[in-house]
Amino acid sequence: MMTTAPDLAVHARGLVKTFGDLRAVDGVDIDIPVGSIYGVLGPNGAGKTTTIRMLTTLLRPDAGAARVFGHDVVREAALVRRRISLTGQFASVDEDLTTRENLILLGRLHGHAAGNARRRADELLESFDLADASGRLAGQLSGGMRRRLDIAASIIVRPDLLFLDEPTTGLDPRSRGHVWEVVRSIVAAGTTVLLTTQYLDEADQLADRIAVINHGRVIASGTRGELKASTGAGGVRLRLMDPRQRNRAQAVLADVVGAPAQTDGDPAALRAQIPSDDQARSTGLAVDALSRLAAAGIAVSDFSYGQPSLDEVFLALTGNPVELTEATS
Amino acid sequence: MTTLATTQPEKPAGPTAASLAFAWRSLLKIKHVPEQLGDVIGIPILFTLLFTYLFGGAVSGSTHDYLQFLLPGTLALAVVFVTVYSGVTLNRDLTTGAFDRFRSMPIWRPAPIVGALIGDLGRYLLAAGLVVGLGFLMGYRAHGGVLGVLAAVGLVTVFASALSWAWTSLGLVLRTPTAVMNLGFVILFPVTFLSNVFVDPATMPGWLRHLADANPISHLVTATRALMDGTATGSQVLGVVAMTAAIMLVFAPLTVVLYQRRQ
Repeated sequence: MMTTAPDLAVHARGLVKTFGDLRAVDGVDIDIPVGSIYGVLGPNGAGKTTTIRMLTTLLRPDAGAARVFGHDVVREAALVRRRISLTGQFASVDEDLTTRENLILLGRLHGHAAGNARRRADELLESFDLADASGRLAGQLSGGMRRRLDIAASIIVRPDLLFLDEPTTGLDPRSRGHVWEVVRSIVAAGTTVLLTTQYLDEADQLADRIAVINHGRVIASGTRGELKASTGAGGVRLRLMDPRQRNRAQAVLADVVGAPAQTDGDPAALRAQIPSDDQARSTGLAVDALSRLAAAGIAVSDFSYGQPSLDEVFLALTGNPVELTEATS
Repeated sequence: MTTLATTQPEKPAGPTAASLAFAWRSLLKIKHVPEQLGDVIGIPILFTLLFTYLFGGAVSGSTHDYLQFLLPGTLALAVVFVTVYSGVTLNRDLTTGAFDRFRSMPIWRPAPIVGALIGDLGRYLLAAGLVVGLGFLMGYRAHGGVLGVLAAVGLVTVFASALSWAWTSLGLVLRTPTAVMNLGFVILFPVTFLSNVFVDPATMPGWLRHLADANPISHLVTATRALMDGTATGSQVLGVVAMTAAIMLVFAPLTVVLYQRRQ
């Protein structure tokens, strides 16, 4: 019997779902504190959607168990459904109905009387900037409008826990910003959010805690800071005046920071993670690196030092799954 | 941004309200995507025209006499064919994100299916109306009068509503809408043709006649014909009602169980 702390919206242990030979979800643990935004970050096919489908009672786990606000997602599915709302990855509204009809239908299903359902629909159309599109079929909306309608449909009655499956995949930057704003205001109203994303900056922008998932397993989890710290306190990035000096510079940099220096597509660029948790020592090493390069006659045109981006964390985690066990908190 | 509702409902819609909301959804779809009614309109018109003018003379000596015999049969046939689309529509719905949303909501689980079938009544009535209207234009005369025709349409519609549960069961088992449609018609074609819709089974060889006489479609057509002719007996109608109840009792629970299990 699994016990749940009262302040957890989701408490999942060892969730497994297999489709034929594929272990789509392979032992996922998730704890989501009430009132937070929890980001599940992973590439396509990592198991994000399958995890969500189990937590929203649509799929029965093959092994493991999950509780939503203390209710078992299999045995107490009806109680779980009273607390949650799902915005699926693909159109989660009816494409053959108009924007407004979709909201009215869902309002009726939530128990609104006809008049209230219409009022609530109009209220949401107004606040999600969809009033002009109220009579258009949902299937004919632009991607950004469609996502806003998807999310509006999820908060006709404010859910305690909202699942957003890749809410901004395929959207242009302006529409993404709009969706982020909507998500923040939903959380401000008291809803806990689990959102999946392939975008690191999205998790960075929105999520309080992040789980990185790959091949059906959580390979790292923690706050943004914790995740970044798991690959060291900081990193050095630099560009050389003369790309021909890169091999020499690479050796110097690696020697100073005590870790391999990496190259990428840019023939003049180098970067290295400083493998130290101590911020002061790490900063000191970065400064040393700069002066040693100068002493070696290597001119640097660009230099930056700071916490690794989530991008780098993600690459480090998914690119080297073996080292991951250590990085996982 | 106002994300808080001004009023919050006390509890989600009950089974009846939820089913009616889904019935409204089906009717809206007819309004917005009228082309999906192509089959509802095409099948009845095609059957009535084709068989009357093509075979009428050969079968009955005159197209007029044949129409008197055929029309109640095409009425039943047209509506029965349209029932397959209940399974096709459900199968198509299952793969959409909208259905995932419905299934994660705190409502009576079979409501989307029950509601869709209530909405389908509209399609059955439309198909029935077309056949009867066309029949009258072509010279059909119902000796049972308006009441007889209404009773016949009612009986056919009730039978069709029960039969549509068989297709929803199929729609939950098969993979694609096309597969549901194909298998549906593969079953319906022999079953409907091996009946008394087009010819009197008395003209068939003995073994075939027994088959045609036992066919549920024959019983439905016999009762429909009798109602429209004004010669219906209670046992004819009750027989169809019992058959309808039996189909419903098997396939409605089967559909619900399959739907609950579906992941």
